[in-house]
Amino acid sequence: MNPVSREKIMKRLLLIAVALSLIILPVILIWVGYNGSGIISIEFLTSRPRLFEYGGIYPQIMGSVYLVSLCTLFGAPLGIASAIYLAEYAPDNRITQSVRFFTETLAGMPSIVIGLFGLEFLVFYLQLKTSLLAGAISLSFMMLPWTIRASEEAIKTVPQEYRAASLALGATKWQTIVNVVIPAAMPGILTGVLLGVGKAVGETAVVWLTAGSGLEAFVPRSLSSPTGSLPMYIYLLATQAHTVEGVQRAYGASLVLLIMFLGVSVSALMARNYYLRRLGN
Amino acid sequence: MSYQINEELLRFRPKMAQDKVIFNDFNLWYGEKHALIDINIAVKSNIVTAFMGPSGCGKSSLLRGINRMNDIIPVARSTGEVLIDGKNIMGSGINVYDLRKRVGMVFQRPNPFPMSIYDNIAYAPLLHDVAEEEELDKIVENSLRGAALWDEVKDRLDDSAFSLSGGQQQRLCIARALSINPDIILMDEPCSALDPIATIKIEALMRELKEKYTVVLVTHNLQQAARVSEMTAFMYIGEIIEFGATRDIFENPREELTEKYITGRFG
Repeated sequence: MNPVSREKIMKRLLLIAVALSLIILPVILIWVGYNGSGIISIEFLTSRPRLFEYGGIYPQIMGSVYLVSLCTLFGAPLGIASAIYLAEYAPDNRITQSVRFFTETLAGMPSIVIGLFGLEFLVFYLQLKTSLLAGAISLSFMMLPWTIRASEEAIKTVPQEYRAASLALGATKWQTIVNVVIPAAMPGILTGVLLGVGKAVGETAVVWLTAGSGLEAFVPRSLSSPTGSLPMYIYLLATQAHTVEGVQRAYGASLVLLIMFLGVSVSALMARNYYLRRLGN
Repeated sequence: MSYQINEELLRFRPKMAQDKVIFNDFNLWYGEKHALIDINIAVKSNIVTAFMGPSGCGKSSLLRGINRMNDIIPVARSTGEVLIDGKNIMGSGINVYDLRKRVGMVFQRPNPFPMSIYDNIAYAPLLHDVAEEEELDKIVENSLRGAALWDEVKDRLDDSAFSLSGGQQQRLCIARALSINPDIILMDEPCSALDPIATIKIEALMRELKEKYTVVLVTHNLQQAARVSEMTAFMYIGEIIEFGATRDIFENPREELTEKYITGRFG
């Protein structure tokens, strides 16, 4: 085969590959939308589950919102603070490199292992019980490495010239970080945080082991309440429902979960654009 | 090669000015590399002093010795004294942040913060709490006037600093340095990223600034040194080869190395 026709064939093969990978996403969206939209109603969204496969998913929606909000409350400040230390203060030595390697490994850690740790350490050893608090803390373990990595990257790409300019005006390092570096890195930091939030929104194994069984009939009233969540609800109904109504509800909950996830992504994008505009790019 | 040394510079004699910054046996190392060797010069007050020389000669390091910006390089260490108004800034008990309030700096590439024009100037006054909110507008205006930028930006102070041209950005950086009212302004090849017209404006500005401030300029552009500086130091591989009135350096160099550099027979 001559190089020219090989060029043509390869180009076509690559095009097919990209088409195949890109088509999966809309197919899933349409599939879930088609199967799930029928069940969506005010009642479904505002009532509690009944008799396993009947009723609504209000406690699950609120449970997911609480879990993810609380997880962000723990994970985002801790992750950003770690990223600032790693990017600005940590000496470039073996220890820092190992911490970085460890963070990257943690990002790929199977969530069931994090769930097991949360169960043994938080739920049993610290006696937090299967609860909102235990679930949110465990979820923040999931979120942390993503937040740290993306934030550190964002902080590091802030041009050195900004720091020099600020220091030369008599600012301390910390003043420079707070007033110049962090605002300039904000788009990337937000992306990092919301990447982490996105991970937490859809996480099933961790909440299963640490937060609650999934069919809780009540919105959590305290940090120690067992807390249902959409992914758990979907898992239970998808695997154990015997009726059409049950399967339908799994799809309905999936659609709500997808919309929540899209909401997080879109707000991430909007926040990012807002900051980029403010930075004058 | 001939140099256009302007009238005012021709009349200047070092005796006419007072010492502002004195280097006494100043040495600087980057790790193993001896970057500045036994520097002993006095930079005079209210004139423009140029440090010139080929790349890597140490001229920027010497400049950063005046506001201790070498401190932020972890492997840098130094010996000797740097006196500003008679006080050793290398000594213990010197607050480096206060020092940098008195010594403004302008960098090689324009580096405004990613903020509005106004916020760029207001940054340092707010940081150091030197201004009440009401005075801030006045400080911004005065600084921009001082950098000959006010008329061009007065109607768009809230625009991003990045909306300015390169030359305007550099003048904004000069205004930013003026905002906390320093006595010394360091300029590290401030025109190397600018076009000729923007360069002329910055050079004219340097001539104005020296009325109120002591200006120290690093340049690899000989013509620029001849155009704007009363005194010139020629540096080579970490040493001051010759330091004196710009006129003498360019018309009557004492050292063979200086003459070779001036006449372009270098290397």
